[in-house]
Amino acid sequence: MTNVKLMQGNEACTLGAITAGMDFYAGYPITPSTEVAEICATELPKIGGKFIQMEDEIGSIAAIIGASLTGRKAMTATSGPGFSLMQENIGYAALTEVPIVIINVQRVGPSTGMPTSPAQSDVMQARWGTHGDHPIVVLAPGNVKECFDLTVKAFNIAEEYRVPVIVLTDEVVGHMREKVVLPEPGSVTIVDRQKPQSRANYLPFAADQDGGVPLMASFGDGFRYHVTGLFHDETGFPTNRGDIANASIRRLMRKVEKAEPLIRDYFTESTDDCELLVVAFGSSAMSSLSAVRQARAKGIKAGLFRPKTIWPFPETVLDELAGRVKRIIVPEMNMGQLVLEIQRIVGGRAPVESLTKVNGELFRPEEVLEAIVGGRK
Amino acid sequence: MRTEFRLSGSGGQGLLLAGIVLAEAAILDGKNAVQTQSYGPEARGGASKAEVVISESDIDYPKATDPDYLLALTAEAYRTYGKLMGKGLIILDSSVEATADIAARTVRVPILDTAATVIGKKVVANIVALGVLAGLSGIVKPATLELAVRNRVPQGTEDLNLQALRQGFELAAAAKVAT
Repeated sequence: MTNVKLMQGNEACTLGAITAGMDFYAGYPITPSTEVAEICATELPKIGGKFIQMEDEIGSIAAIIGASLTGRKAMTATSGPGFSLMQENIGYAALTEVPIVIINVQRVGPSTGMPTSPAQSDVMQARWGTHGDHPIVVLAPGNVKECFDLTVKAFNIAEEYRVPVIVLTDEVVGHMREKVVLPEPGSVTIVDRQKPQSRANYLPFAADQDGGVPLMASFGDGFRYHVTGLFHDETGFPTNRGDIANASIRRLMRKVEKAEPLIRDYFTESTDDCELLVVAFGSSAMSSLSAVRQARAKGIKAGLFRPKTIWPFPETVLDELAGRVKRIIVPEMNMGQLVLEIQRIVGGRAPVESLTKVNGELFRPEEVLEAIVGGRK
Repeated sequence: MRTEFRLSGSGGQGLLLAGIVLAEAAILDGKNAVQTQSYGPEARGGASKAEVVISESDIDYPKATDPDYLLALTAEAYRTYGKLMGKGLIILDSSVEATADIAARTVRVPILDTAATVIGKKVVANIVALGVLAGLSGIVKPATLELAVRNRVPQGTEDLNLQALRQGFELAAAAKVAT
């Protein structure tokens, strides 16, 4: 029972990262993510890791990309304003296929907004914040234990597929403390990037065109290796050839598309016979779960689908559910972002209703229950 | 069964720490507990609130919905959260006057004054308050709460804080007799 702890979401993300092998953190503290930086500052030096407080978030993400290129497992954490500053280099990491993990503890935006209040309004920014078609994976923990589990998973996905992975939490999940039973050390699956064996004829970006992942040498190991944010051929040197750019973009996108069935993660409650489906993620799903349970107690056939992987969205799972429910309600602490993806997948087979909240407060269960009971809003 | 606590006052009074200690004690007692907070952008001052939900079973929603206990250390906190109280008990610092428009059961307890004059350190008012909350609710075992206080307060202040906790227990016992 020594692994039973009262733990905060930000703390659990950090411990998950360390368990996954994170040994480099660069960041610029910002509410409500600051505890991640604080814990990294005290814990990483104890295990031979590095913590650097950077001058800003642009420097922070640049530093973790550089660290990852040298073979480190690297992470940063931020919130809205800092996440905006990181966008350019998220694209750089995506195109250069550098594994990194970013924790984004969402607060109310735009701009500096309400620093201490929760929101879920970075859903689309997490997917499309950087320019250009690019692969990315976004995971959304719904409780403190999942902050641990999904941060481990974020590193494993980043390492296996060489993509940036974002752990999208918010002020509620990040700051709440609850009882957590941590897994025994050694029982957690850890994935490390595949490295080339031979320096001779190393082609740093050679990969199967069908979503293959190139072998990644570490800078400093003596491999001939060039990295650029320009489109590049297998050698890593720049090219302006349209056929190579075309093949590269398609391979990068295909990596995540192929991975989706393997990384897919979600939670359901009472969906076997439900007629009304609530689809919610992160902290909104806590209110939704309570509402669904209250609705069931009233004899209403409600169920909850809570995606933990939100990009790529677990489309086939929702597709199956959508075919057999009468109504879908999507509560989000934003003006309606993930609902667009859900409407796309449902494709008119059931009415999809958006329930929005942007006052910096978590949904109360009664608000979701009212939507369930009250019919269309 | 769910028991909900709302600890309210002003930033810097240490109510968040009190909430953390209460939640930790509940876990040490083998229960489930969730602690959340809400505060302004200021480092000190401004309204501040911590909430703790304790249950024998799974806790799906982490925030207080209809608190069983409201601790209010300032007039602002009393006015804001007192009127939201239904079934629960308000524990009001005796520096604040109770008003007729707030109907919920209320006990006034000299928490800030006990910290300042009996212990001689205003900063331990949060732990005095914790003793009052635990004493009146009986939600955690006193010995477990003492252990949780030891775990969570700054090193070197354990004895001072345990003294504050015991003063809180005594205030709770006196308040129980009075009500």
